[in-house]
Amino acid sequence: MPTLGAPIVRAEGVVMAYPGEGGQSVVAVEAATFDVYAGEKFVIIGPSGCGKTTLLKAVAGFMQPAAGRITVGGKPLEKPGPDRAVVFQDFDQLFPWRTVRDNVVYALRVAKNMNKRDAGARADEVLALVDIARAADRYPHQLSGGMKQRAAIARAVALEPTILLMDEPFGALDAITRNQLQIELNRIWERTGVTLILVTHSIQEAIYLGHRVMVMSSFPAHVREIVETSGVDDPSDDRFAELTGHLRSLLVPAVAERAPIAAGIE
Amino acid sequence: MSARLERSATAPPAALDTPRSEGRWTNLPAALRYAIILTLLVAIWQTYITLAHVPPLLFAAPLDVLQSIMKDVQSGLLVNATLHTLQVLVLGIFFGATIGFALASFAVFSRFGHDLLTVLSAILNPLPSIAILPLAMIWFGLKPESIVFVVALATIWPVAMNTDTGFRTISNTTQMAARNLGLHGWRLVVDILLPAALPYIITGLKSAWAFGWRTVVAAELVFGVAGSSGGLGWYINDARYFLRTPSIFGGLIVISLLGIAVEAIFTMIERRTVVRWGMKTAK
Repeated sequence: MPTLGAPIVRAEGVVMAYPGEGGQSVVAVEAATFDVYAGEKFVIIGPSGCGKTTLLKAVAGFMQPAAGRITVGGKPLEKPGPDRAVVFQDFDQLFPWRTVRDNVVYALRVAKNMNKRDAGARADEVLALVDIARAADRYPHQLSGGMKQRAAIARAVALEPTILLMDEPFGALDAITRNQLQIELNRIWERTGVTLILVTHSIQEAIYLGHRVMVMSSFPAHVREIVETSGVDDPSDDRFAELTGHLRSLLVPAVAERAPIAAGIE
Repeated sequence: MSARLERSATAPPAALDTPRSEGRWTNLPAALRYAIILTLLVAIWQTYITLAHVPPLLFAAPLDVLQSIMKDVQSGLLVNATLHTLQVLVLGIFFGATIGFALASFAVFSRFGHDLLTVLSAILNPLPSIAILPLAMIWFGLKPESIVFVVALATIWPVAMNTDTGFRTISNTTQMAARNLGLHGWRLVVDILLPAALPYIITGLKSAWAFGWRTVVAAELVFGVAGSSGGLGWYINDARYFLRTPSIFGGLIVISLLGIAVEAIFTMIERRTVVRWGMKTAK
């Protein structure tokens, strides 16, 4: 775990809601309070559809909390911006009418006001970092799922965001590609030191990637526990198995009751 | 020919999806296949003229039609008429498409704009725009402006409605990715919404062209009857007035050829854009 500085993201009693049937609003996230520190890898884990993506969208600025507040760098959030670059799960986050390289160049020109030459140089640098330089001139539809995610990560990293937000970025990939990209992401984090907030529903991914893992309950989501997982990234390690059991017991309480071994860890 | 018909009539429904029978005909290149059919049609046409002794004033022979086309191309008559029609058409489509695109953009950004587009297109879209021609003639007189106006009216709705659908079907992720870069306003429309909706916009322009093309020829015919000159519609009507039947056929053939040419241009634009980008599969 890197030394914890001041929190860069502070969420205090954040309630997320969306309009439901009959004009009543449906609460998706109940009073979430957490801090994310500069340079850390913060993972949000929870059952599918529990509202963890909603929380990430709030930090990105796509949705406003119904109550509570989120500050980034001490300032309240207003709207989306490239300082909080987002990598989505869906492959259509890349603009299909631009090549991989042009997707990055365009993002730099728009978000960072860079001129064509600087943006091009920066794009080439990042494409090499994310190991997709050989596909630079291809259009997104010509890429495999894993390559599309690499390209999306390249575009986000190129913007040098304060925080890199990732919404189940490897959720639609096969297991092998997924493992590859997890290793890759750790390497990118080491090189850039970017603050990472990653949403996943994979326990393995959470422990492997995260310094701290925030476990959310199922709908409406509330924070169950924030688990320290830094330094644990070897799946054959005892500690890894122990944390897996602990996270599973938090995520699936009913199973934990019936499985004394898993519950005994608590 | 008859063998093919029989086969398709007796084939089980499942066979519809499988490629049609492989034969000598299928192995020929497409251009040659079409050329053979075209030659066949012209031959039938000529045979009919020769065998049925049709009075040439009622039905022109292919050779006479070809001659009249060549004569009128050389004299510039047909070329001028074609250019006149295209000029009016392009102007009309330009105004129509611009207004249609603006309406759709307005509809994306505001509820009022959306409602405005809904009401306007509900009222005006079912109106054949040629029905507006008498009104246009009162407003603008027997001038090309009247036809430009009518063509513009014919093209606003296909462009506006298709563009609107295109904007509305842009995925949430694409929109969020754009907003994440800080894009908004006009830049968002031009850089993201326009290319993302391009398959629909091209479809809109295609039907705008089809509506506009029919409207302009019809309007020129009416103008020709009313004694104003210019355009292919007028050319055909003029030929009728002086009983130059081959020229009537010639005018129709030119109209058809231009339609084919424009269709080819659209196909080429699609190949270079939306097909290349994987947003639409090639036909």
